[in-house]
Amino acid sequence: MSTAQAARRSPFRASRVITYALLLIVAVFYLLPIYVMAVTAFKSFSEVSHTTPWQLPSMPTVEAFGNAFATLAPSFFNSVLLVVPATLLSALLGSLNGYVLSKWRFRGADLVFTLLLFGMFIPYQSILLPLVLVLQKIELYGGIPGLILTHVVYGIPITTLIFRNYYAAIPTEVIEAARIDGASVLGIYRHIMFPISMPGFVVVLIWQFTSIWNEFLFAVTLTLPDQWPITVALNGLAGSLLAHYEIQMAGALLAALPPLVIYIVLGRYFIRGLLAGALKG
Amino acid sequence: MAVATPATATRERSLRGRSLGSFSWDRLTPFLLIAPSIILIAIFVYAFIGYTAFVSTTTWYGIVPDYTSAGLTQYTDLFGLPRFQADIQNTVQFTVLFLAGCILLGFGAAVLLDQHVRGTIIFQNIFLFPLAIAFVVTGTVWRWMLNPNFGINLLLDQLHLYFLESPWLADTRTALYGVVIAAVWQMSGFCMAMFLAGLRAIPDELREAARVDGASEGRIFVRVILPLMRPITLSAVIILGHISLKIFDLVVVMTFGGPGFATDMPSLYMWVAVFRQNLYGRGAAIAMVLLLMVALLIVPYLIWSLRQETER
Repeated sequence: MSTAQAARRSPFRASRVITYALLLIVAVFYLLPIYVMAVTAFKSFSEVSHTTPWQLPSMPTVEAFGNAFATLAPSFFNSVLLVVPATLLSALLGSLNGYVLSKWRFRGADLVFTLLLFGMFIPYQSILLPLVLVLQKIELYGGIPGLILTHVVYGIPITTLIFRNYYAAIPTEVIEAARIDGASVLGIYRHIMFPISMPGFVVVLIWQFTSIWNEFLFAVTLTLPDQWPITVALNGLAGSLLAHYEIQMAGALLAALPPLVIYIVLGRYFIRGLLAGALKG
Repeated sequence: MAVATPATATRERSLRGRSLGSFSWDRLTPFLLIAPSIILIAIFVYAFIGYTAFVSTTTWYGIVPDYTSAGLTQYTDLFGLPRFQADIQNTVQFTVLFLAGCILLGFGAAVLLDQHVRGTIIFQNIFLFPLAIAFVVTGTVWRWMLNPNFGINLLLDQLHLYFLESPWLADTRTALYGVVIAAVWQMSGFCMAMFLAGLRAIPDELREAARVDGASEGRIFVRVILPLMRPITLSAVIILGHISLKIFDLVVVMTFGGPGFATDMPSLYMWVAVFRQNLYGRGAAIAMVLLLMVALLIVPYLIWSLRQETER
């Protein structure tokens, strides 16, 4: 499309210069915290206490990263131990549910689906007390396994939603044909649906990975200090190293890194998960 | 959202009909596949909410469960507490400002990105990346940027924009605005993505037709484009509104409700009441009030979304 056309199409008839200027201002707003985080993380403690937070480090050092990593490494590892199984399990459950709810719709399936979906919007404060009591009773309170169970259960609504919408686009003829050939419900899933589910799995895996990695309320309520995931440990870091902003920022970068890498590599799948949450796939 | 057309729906019905009559394990398989999830949600969502509702009608205080009935006194007491009154006021003020910020910035960014300029993808990615990182990370960075002695104020000094300086998180009058800024930074990209998808779905013919009728660009924007954004705005208000009512991480990290109760929220007070003060009955009552607020927003939306889906 030519420039003239593009300009004429625009609802504001704004010149491209103004559009660019505004876009740049907005971009600066979004990038400013990242700049601060990166610049500060490479400073030494003595330089951080100066009143020059916006300047580049005069003597860049990775000392803060070393300190942050020394403190956060165990919880980083906890987060990995949490996120990998929780993500895989909830994706598998969501896929099976989505298959049933889109292709084997029973009476009341819509009601069941609505009741499942409500579970993804509730404030978790409303289930937190009984959750703690039950986890204590079954001796899963305080550690990563209990947190895995929690994330798998409360991940059911969103993973089911994404897969249900994904499978709805697959023509029923395919299933009908397999049915005539004598394939079982499970056989159709294993040999037909599962092999073509990869794009759905990518969206769900990325969404769950990011959400669970970033989650804080369950993590801070259900785990004890040596089992803390990274978000809780990062919050603790700020409390124990109050003036050491360089270590806090290095820690924040460390905690943000895995989801950021995924976003940079597979961003469009992430956005699909995001929009699915608004029930507008 | 992709939905089965009426034709495929009938076919599905006939598909099911084929196995009718003869009992087979295969007919049960779909139920068996979905049963674990239904049972888990029934317990972990609905039974748990029921239990919380029950606890909110007891006097339970202290570590040992005490189910002495308190009727609705937990609720009446709650609304008399200055801290909870502050919470409700904060949550409403926060939600209004947060929604306004996200929608204005998100819509503005979406309109700019819809101008078919070079580098659209780069800008889009810059606006969206905060959504991928944790509220705890956002809080950690913004807590520092909104520290009156170190952060943004020094930058404003250098730019000679003194009138924009503020005590931010250090003052009861401005702390809530600080949290709003951080929250808008994190979530406005979500609005941008929704509005951009909406703007791009508007067929060119619609604009052309309006132009042929002699409408100015400004008029087309107000009369054609804006009305088409209404359903998206509603979705955004509801999704972001319920996130706003539930906001917890950001407040914990940035202010822990302070200074005073200037940024305290029901979500945080519930947590403090139950897990710090052992006020189980009161915490449960706060949780139920919070659930009710979210349900008032979400339930009509859920029903509306699913009805729309079946109509299409």
